[in-house]
Amino acid sequence: MSIEFIGVTRRFGSVVALDRVDLVAHSGELTAVLGPSGSGKTSLLRIAAGLDPLEAGRILLHGADVTTMPGRERRVGFVFQHYALFAHMTVAANVAFGLDVRPRATRLPAAGIRARVRDLLAQVELDSLGDRYPHQLSGGQRQRVALARALATEPSVLLLDEPFGALDARVRKDLRRWLRTLHDELDITSLFVTHDQDEALEVADRVVVLNRGRIEQVGVAEELTRRPASPFVSEFLGDARRARPVDCVQCGCHMAEAGTALAAD
Amino acid sequence: MSSAVHASVAGGVAWPASPSRAEWERRLLIAAAMAFVGAFLVLPLAFVLASALRNGFAAYVTALADPDALAALRLTLVVVAVAVPCNCVFGIAAAWAITRFDFRGKNALVTLIDLPLSVSPVIAGLVCVLVFGQRGWLGPSLEALDVQVIFAVPGIVLATTFVTVPFVARELIPVMQAQGRDQEEAALLLGASGWQMLRRVTLPGVRHGLVYGVILCTARAMGEFGAVSVVSGHIRGVTDTLPLHVEMLYNEYQFTAAFAVASLLVLAALLVVVVQSLFDRRRRAASPA
Repeated sequence: MSIEFIGVTRRFGSVVALDRVDLVAHSGELTAVLGPSGSGKTSLLRIAAGLDPLEAGRILLHGADVTTMPGRERRVGFVFQHYALFAHMTVAANVAFGLDVRPRATRLPAAGIRARVRDLLAQVELDSLGDRYPHQLSGGQRQRVALARALATEPSVLLLDEPFGALDARVRKDLRRWLRTLHDELDITSLFVTHDQDEALEVADRVVVLNRGRIEQVGVAEELTRRPASPFVSEFLGDARRARPVDCVQCGCHMAEAGTALAAD
Repeated sequence: MSSAVHASVAGGVAWPASPSRAEWERRLLIAAAMAFVGAFLVLPLAFVLASALRNGFAAYVTALADPDALAALRLTLVVVAVAVPCNCVFGIAAAWAITRFDFRGKNALVTLIDLPLSVSPVIAGLVCVLVFGQRGWLGPSLEALDVQVIFAVPGIVLATTFVTVPFVARELIPVMQAQGRDQEEAALLLGASGWQMLRRVTLPGVRHGLVYGVILCTARAMGEFGAVSVVSGHIRGVTDTLPLHVEMLYNEYQFTAAFAVASLLVLAALLVVVVQSLFDRRRRAASPA
């Protein structure tokens, strides 16, 4: 299932967050949207999910126009940067939520839901933690619960907003490799947003570089580093090796952890 | 409010170097606080109970079994049963709208929610009379429909509801602000309807604030005097709530009966405090946050 953005425009007052963006995330691919903070990448993702309105343009999921369809009917999986787990529910209840809220006619029986939750928790390697509450888990564990919850309803599209942004450097590296493996196992189209150049280049099939609401370049990792289409792309990807702590301050992610990563490099 | 006080007290203070002097200061402060609470809170309450029982338990029971006292109790419960749910619905709706959306008049709405706290309850009752009274705006049309609001139960309910508007909304706004939109958006994208989102994600997430709001709202609705006094008309056994009944008995020099009925309100207040502290303890045990 592909995701298509056609001339998508989004404004906040007089500020243009997205300026006539045309983009296709191909079926089965893992596409990264990479850009500095304020480049409009999260807006793009939220518009695809139906969480934010758009001033102009269209969104197609697998060729079908979903521009005016509310988010709850689009059947996309969404993973939030800060997990957005339901704090008052156990891990198992969180994962089961998407199955529980279905109308009775299409809902699985309770035993079926339990079995599915068990499978999902096994898939994200959290088998034994179903009875815990989110505040009893580490950041990495929470993000895996969020992923399991998003996958429970078997969406064909997975949208991830800075999925590893709030995690420390080592966990981030492990999780992104693990995400890549998971993506390959599932038959799913993934679009993920990040400000971390290494993350985008390492994990994604294709990388979209976004700057001030416009697409600077789309390509596989090698193309971007060998033949950057603009000074911005060259500079931004070059920054991956040099000034990452500064970027991280701009993006609001943990500077100390970014600093550690730099020192480790 | 009380949780904030607990937090600041438990926050820990670094005492100065001289331990004996610090200890002395600490005891003095505690003693002052205790004396104040004793003089202004515990003593009057004890006095109410003592006065109620002065002529023996039998007299106490007789005073409470009086038909007019029972009618006042029943009316008070009716008022609570209507006013609290109304303000619950309004408080949830207002807090949700205020914390989730930007709209014209939002600041005005926030200010207006506080209005009943800043306006004297007597004014609130008077406003009701001006709107619904016989010579008020809606008086003639209400009379044509044969509906009596002022000097009747509907007026008492209206006045109490007006006075207790802020409690639920005020408690919910900060907790809903802290809760944020993330969990609601996640619920919607997982296929939940608006109602499912509210019932299974939003409200359980703010249940502590909601319970506090309901407790405060109930306490105030039971005890409201000023606004109700203006609209009630003081018809014994018909439009008399517990606080009004206490005043009436007192003015008639029926001190034992007055204090006996007053003791019901005191017991209700104590119950509220106990429920609140139990709830507080359970909540602290449940989550480390």
